[in-house]
Amino acid sequence: MQRIGVFVCWCGSNIAATVDVKRVAETLGQEPGVVYSADYQYMCSENGQQLIKTAIKEHGLTGIVVCSCSPRMHEATFRKTAESAGLNPYMVEIANIREQVSWIHKDIEEATVKAIILGRTAIAKLLLNTPLTAGETGVTKRALVIGGGIAGIQTALDIAEAGYEVDIVEQRPTIGGRMAQLDKTFPTLDCAACILTPKMVDCAQNEKIDILSYSEVEEVKGFVGNFTVKIRKKARYIDEKKCTGCGICMSVCPSKKGLNEFNMNLNNRPAAYIPFAQAIPNVAVIDPEQCIKLKTGKCGLCSMKCEAKAIDYTQQDSFVERNYGAIVVATGFKIADLKYFNEYGYADNKDVITSLELERLMNAAGPTKGTLLRPSDNTHPHVITFIQCVGSRDISGCGKPYCSKICCMYTAKHAMLIREKYPDTEVHVFYIDVRTPGKNYDEFYRRAVEQYDVDYIKGMVGKVYNENGKLMVQGSDLLSNEQITIASDLVVLAAAIEPEPSVRKIATLLTTSIDTNNFLTEAHAKLRPVESPTAGIFLSGMCQGPKDIPETVSQASACAAKVIGLLAKDKLKCNPCVSISDDSMCIGCGTCANVCPYGAITYVDKEFRLGGGKTEVRRVASVNEAVCQGCGACTVACPSGAIDLKGFTTKQIMAEVEAVCKR
Amino acid sequence: MKFSYYPGCTLKTQGKDLDIYARKSAEALGIDMEEIENWQCCGAVYPQAKDEIARKLSAVRALDSAKKQDGKLLTLCSACYNVIKRVNNDMKNDENINLKANNYLKATGYLAEGDEYNGETEVIHYLEMLRDTVGWANLKAKVVNPLKGVKIGAYYGCLLLRPSSVLQFDNPENPTILEDFIKAIGATPVVYAMRNECCGAYVSLKDKEVVKKTANRIVNNAKANGADMLITACPACWYNLNHNSDGSLPVKYLTELLAQALGLI
Repeated sequence: MQRIGVFVCWCGSNIAATVDVKRVAETLGQEPGVVYSADYQYMCSENGQQLIKTAIKEHGLTGIVVCSCSPRMHEATFRKTAESAGLNPYMVEIANIREQVSWIHKDIEEATVKAIILGRTAIAKLLLNTPLTAGETGVTKRALVIGGGIAGIQTALDIAEAGYEVDIVEQRPTIGGRMAQLDKTFPTLDCAACILTPKMVDCAQNEKIDILSYSEVEEVKGFVGNFTVKIRKKARYIDEKKCTGCGICMSVCPSKKGLNEFNMNLNNRPAAYIPFAQAIPNVAVIDPEQCIKLKTGKCGLCSMKCEAKAIDYTQQDSFVERNYGAIVVATGFKIADLKYFNEYGYADNKDVITSLELERLMNAAGPTKGTLLRPSDNTHPHVITFIQCVGSRDISGCGKPYCSKICCMYTAKHAMLIREKYPDTEVHVFYIDVRTPGKNYDEFYRRAVEQYDVDYIKGMVGKVYNENGKLMVQGSDLLSNEQITIASDLVVLAAAIEPEPSVRKIATLLTTSIDTNNFLTEAHAKLRPVESPTAGIFLSGMCQGPKDIPETVSQASACAAKVIGLLAKDKLKCNPCVSISDDSMCIGCGTCANVCPYGAITYVDKEFRLGGGKTEVRRVASVNEAVCQGCGACTVACPSGAIDLKGFTTKQIMAEVEAVCKR
Repeated sequence: MKFSYYPGCTLKTQGKDLDIYARKSAEALGIDMEEIENWQCCGAVYPQAKDEIARKLSAVRALDSAKKQDGKLLTLCSACYNVIKRVNNDMKNDENINLKANNYLKATGYLAEGDEYNGETEVIHYLEMLRDTVGWANLKAKVVNPLKGVKIGAYYGCLLLRPSSVLQFDNPENPTILEDFIKAIGATPVVYAMRNECCGAYVSLKDKEVVKKTANRIVNNAKANGADMLITACPACWYNLNHNSDGSLPVKYLTELLAQALGLI
């Protein structure tokens, strides 16, 4: 017979204000099998844990139930407590009376009754618990970083610095990401390329870093410490090892109609191209949609001129498979689609542009060589109007409900740079709120207003329309309570940002969670911000939420620290709550292997004694405990009830259901 | 298909054409519009004062009367649609207005003891009926006199679209329903920026100069984008765009063009 102890936590007033904790402790103390019960203000505190340890020893407890917060919060804490007092850590059950009771109920009576029921349920399960022992697995000392923007670059450099091997998989032909497209960076106004490209070169030269550009993650298997990833290397029709990056193919290519993605489609590029001068790897790529040779078979100019003989029109996608201990997602962001915001005239007017397009127009390496000319007629715009929050903080359903966070600062930067370079230009900014928290940020914005005379107008814009060659920006000035229309030459939209769309596929491959806005979810919003809820998967940069460059780099380094901490371990404890199959009941039907998402179940032929000296060979299921993640899908699917999940056996779950239903 | 129909005062006086062509077209499309009995003026824009209960009552009566028929109330005038749908929303979601309106209607004997109106009726605009009940494809098939080559600017005004959270008629910034209608009758829609700007509405009673400005702004913007004519569902808009603009662009009711396309005129 078990001797169970029940420990009811107040969580300060978090639980105690809504749940009568004393009554819960007293009532549960009467339950069969329970020999001790107590309540305490903070069970997770040192004193609280000591109370548990003392009770385990003094009352000879064989198992404990802690009525407290979610097991995601403190299950590990209380398991350690029990273990240090000599109990098996899997003889601990948590009844969640905070998230599932006190935080969602108002009525004390109702909440107290529910807390008692959840406590009983945990006791019913614990009565059937058996001690479990965790096994161990090794750790592959190599990390994968998906995405080669500033986030991925920083994470990879930090991991490599600690001495571990790391691969960067980047879907575009070069690493560098969005930051490579920017002109200057706030709040110091240093040029983005000047601070980014040395880091890109560091990546290329670091022996521990392997860059797989123009590549995508195709398949992910395994678990923390032991992932196997299949990577597709897209055909670039150029032999990476031979190409010297001389650029002759670019200059001779007769197909010039491809849109230049790096310049936000503001101009064209040849079919054979290197995205930008400082690209890493400095290797050309051929766009099969634009290449005349690949489309019609006639041309081959680049092949004739290439001295390195690097052109290979027959190249196919290839695959590499590698093992990793940890995976970092650093897939970044894109500008949200503006198709639901026709009122700003983006689709109909060439001179209504996004801020990222403006970055290219102001960049010395951009389509206008850094001279600010408006796209429609290449003239200098004299009146420029910025519209902030286009699609951000939007509750109409057309845009994003969140603040994109970076727009207030980059708009102040753009306004200031334009006024500095072209003092004859009038600059207006429509804003809802100016949000500039951050070191030296508000000072930066104030400089735009006070020193550079940028006209900030509090109010939203209703529409932008063309009238006699001018872009009429119609909006309201809330401070003077006036409706105003500004005849402008160029309109710049601070469009909302959203996660790079490929992140959805990657989240599915990694079985990690994504929120309603397609941002990846962190394990804990405050305490585990760079880990995903899936063990071994880490988050770096914009894929987790909007952030600027300083914040992205901080997070990228934090992420690297977590990865290094994992890779530094030689062994990882496995979860002992895995499936086990009863050979005597297994009929070898194959159902469980079919539903297993981790490929943990195989079939083996086993010899069984039938008595009387006879034997028979039968096919039965065999679970690889290192691969099984304990999801329980097989236990539900098994038609003969042969397979069960340790720690969550069918009997235990039925006992819980019974305890909930029985009054 | 039968609908209880609320015409409203203007459609019986200044805006007769809007009503007449709507009925003719509906008949041709197999829709039976049955005018509810003893309806009163919806109150135009007046019932929108939050604390004014009495002026919402005629809308509540119309809604209750439709509830007792088929549960649907068809409207046509933009102002009536706006008022009736917003009052209906108040009866559904505003406890204070619901309680007072019901109490008043019971006290005056309009509602029997135990009877209540709680916003059950569905308020439908004629355009929504064309889109959802008839269907654009069906409508297109019934057009005998397609208005080929006619460039029509849809003029929405404000009352059809706002407040969008209550009316849920169309996207208030980038509406499409009137353009879809124009395509269905065989004409070419002209999209122009001012199509959802206010025409000046009742300000024309007080200050003609203001309305001349707003009306001309709309007409000029439509002309600049190549429109040959404007269509509207609102008698107030029709009046302002016809009589307070420079008159350079014909402004018609959408139902008139519908009847024309269906070969009824």
